[in-house]
Amino acid sequence: MSLTDYRVLAGPEGYLPPAAATQGITLPEKGGALVEGKVVLGTYAMEQIAEKLLNAKNPVFFPGPLLLWAWKEGVAEKAKALKEMAEAAGAKIIPMPDYRPKYPMINPDIEINPNHPNLTIWHNKIDVCVFAGVHCHYANVALKIIRGGTDCYTIALCGEAGHEDAMISLRDVGLSELQQLTEIIKQKKEGAK
Amino acid sequence: MIEQTVVDPRHLFFDAPKETEFITGSEAVREAIRRANVDMAISYPITPQSESMHLVGDLFAEGYIKEYFRGENEFAVMSSVAGAAMGGVRVFTATGGPGTLRAFENFSTWAGARLPIVCAFMTRGVNSPLTIQPDTIEMASMLDTGIMMLHAETAQDLHDMILRAFMIAEKTDVHIPVGVFVDGFFVTHTRDKVDIAPKNIKLPPYNPYSAPVPVMDMENVPFRQMRDPFVMKSNFISYAAHASWQQEVLAAAERSRKYIDQYLGGLIETENQDAEIMLVTSGTAVSQSREAMAMARAEGLNVGLVKIKSIRPFPEEEIKKIARNAKAVIVPEFNRVGWLAREIKSVVEDTTKVVAGPRVFGGMTMPPELILDEIRRCSV
Repeated sequence: MSLTDYRVLAGPEGYLPPAAATQGITLPEKGGALVEGKVVLGTYAMEQIAEKLLNAKNPVFFPGPLLLWAWKEGVAEKAKALKEMAEAAGAKIIPMPDYRPKYPMINPDIEINPNHPNLTIWHNKIDVCVFAGVHCHYANVALKIIRGGTDCYTIALCGEAGHEDAMISLRDVGLSELQQLTEIIKQKKEGAK
Repeated sequence: MIEQTVVDPRHLFFDAPKETEFITGSEAVREAIRRANVDMAISYPITPQSESMHLVGDLFAEGYIKEYFRGENEFAVMSSVAGAAMGGVRVFTATGGPGTLRAFENFSTWAGARLPIVCAFMTRGVNSPLTIQPDTIEMASMLDTGIMMLHAETAQDLHDMILRAFMIAEKTDVHIPVGVFVDGFFVTHTRDKVDIAPKNIKLPPYNPYSAPVPVMDMENVPFRQMRDPFVMKSNFISYAAHASWQQEVLAAAERSRKYIDQYLGGLIETENQDAEIMLVTSGTAVSQSREAMAMARAEGLNVGLVKIKSIRPFPEEEIKKIARNAKAVIVPEFNRVGWLAREIKSVVEDTTKVVAGPRVFGGMTMPPELILDEIRRCSV
C-alpha cells in the first residue's frame, strides 16, 4: 500500500495500528478538516459529524481537562456549549478528568483514560465518540488505541491543529464553532422528523 | 531586561533589514539567542562548544535572558533544561562530542515528554583515543532519540536554524526538541559573513498553554510518566499505551516537515539536480562538495549537489527521487562510520548507486580533490 492509500477508518484495525501521520495523512490548514484521512472543508466535516452522531446507537462525548476546569476566561462558556451539543445529539457524557494511568483499572461507567480508552468503549458499547478539550498528545495516544482495538467511530473537536488519528477531526474549534455544529445537529435532527 | 519589540517570526526571518557581520559561528549563536526571546539558558563547558554558551552568558549579563547558570555536568544540564521546559519556559543550551554522550539518556526523555527544547550540538570526535577535533560521529548516536536534527553548513545556517528551530519546535502539532548540529571548529571557530536582523526585535514568547501536554503538574504525566507508570507495570495496557505514545513522538516529527518547508525552504537544497552524478551530504562536507562540483564541471563532468538540512525528519522522498535519475550518488562525510550513507541507502531504490565516501575523521580536513577523484571514478 502506498502512503497516500491509507485511510483512517473505524477498527478494529489490528494489534498496533500506525500513527496516521506516518502513513502520509497530513493535518489541514485553517478552515479545513479531516474526514477519514482526507482534507475537506470544515463545514463539510461538520455535516458528517452531525450525521454520525444522529445515526449512532450510543454516542458519547469525552470532555477532557481543557474543558472540565475553568482554567482561563471563556472555558466555562465552551464547556456549556459542548454540553448543549451533546444534549442536541442525544449523547451521553463520560469525562476524561486527567491523564494519569490508574491501576488496577478505572471505573469505565464514569470515566475514560487515554492510556486504556478501549475499556470504557467496550464496557459501554460506544459506537461513536467525540473528543473535546483533551490535550493533543493524549488525544492521539488514545485515538490510536481505540482504532486498534474497537469498532468505535472517533471524532475530535480540537482547539489547535487537529488530529490525523481521528476519523473526523476539526481544528481551531472555539465557542462559535461549537455553537455552529450544534445548530447543524439540531437542523438535521429536525429535518429527519 | 533589555527592551526589544516582539515581531512576527516571518518578519524577523525574511522581511526585516539585515546587516552583514563578519563573525565566528559561536558569535552567530549569540546573535540568534539575542533575538530568540529565550527565558532561560543553562551551560556546561566542553570544547568546541564552550565559547557559544559563554557568549550566551554575556547576553544574560546584558539583560537579554531572564535566567542563566552553569550545571554540574552535561547530564545535569540536560535534566535541568527538561525541568525548565516542563515548567513552560523557552530554554536553550549547547554541548558537543563526549558531552552529548554523557547527557545521552536525556534526549529521548525530552522527545518522549514532548519538550520543545532547542539545543545546539557543536560536533567533535568521541572515539578513543580521545580527540577534540572536528568529527560528526556523535550524530550517529542521535538518529533515533526522537529529537529533530538540523545540520548547519555555515555560520549563517547555524544562526538561522537556531532561531527558526524555536518556532518549529513550539508548534502544537510538533512540540518535540530540535537539535541544531554544526561541525565544531570548522564553523564555530572560523569567521564568516552572517546577515543579521536588528537587535531591537525578537521572536514572540513561547505559549506553553497551547502545548500538546499539560505544563508540569505533579499529578499528571509527563511528570509522573517518568517515575511510575508505565515503567512499573507489566501488562498489555501499559505496553499498548507506551507504544502509542512512542508512535505519537514519531508522528510529531513527521508533522514538522511543512514547518521546515516554511521556515527553512525545505529539507534539502539542490544544485544541478538532474545531473548524472550527485554529491549528497550535510554540514561542512557540503562546502567541500560544492568546490569539488565546480572543479568537476570545469572538466566537463555532469555533477550536481544535494545539501541535506534536516536529518530528522529525513528527506526520504526527495532523496529517492533524485537518486532515481542519477548514475551515482556520492556521500562525503566527516566521520568513521558513514551514518549518512547508511541513511541514504535505506531510502534509495538502487543501493548499488550509493558510494559511501570519501570519509575523513579524527579532525582531518577533506580536500575537494578527494571528492573529485570519486567523481572521476564514477564518470568512467
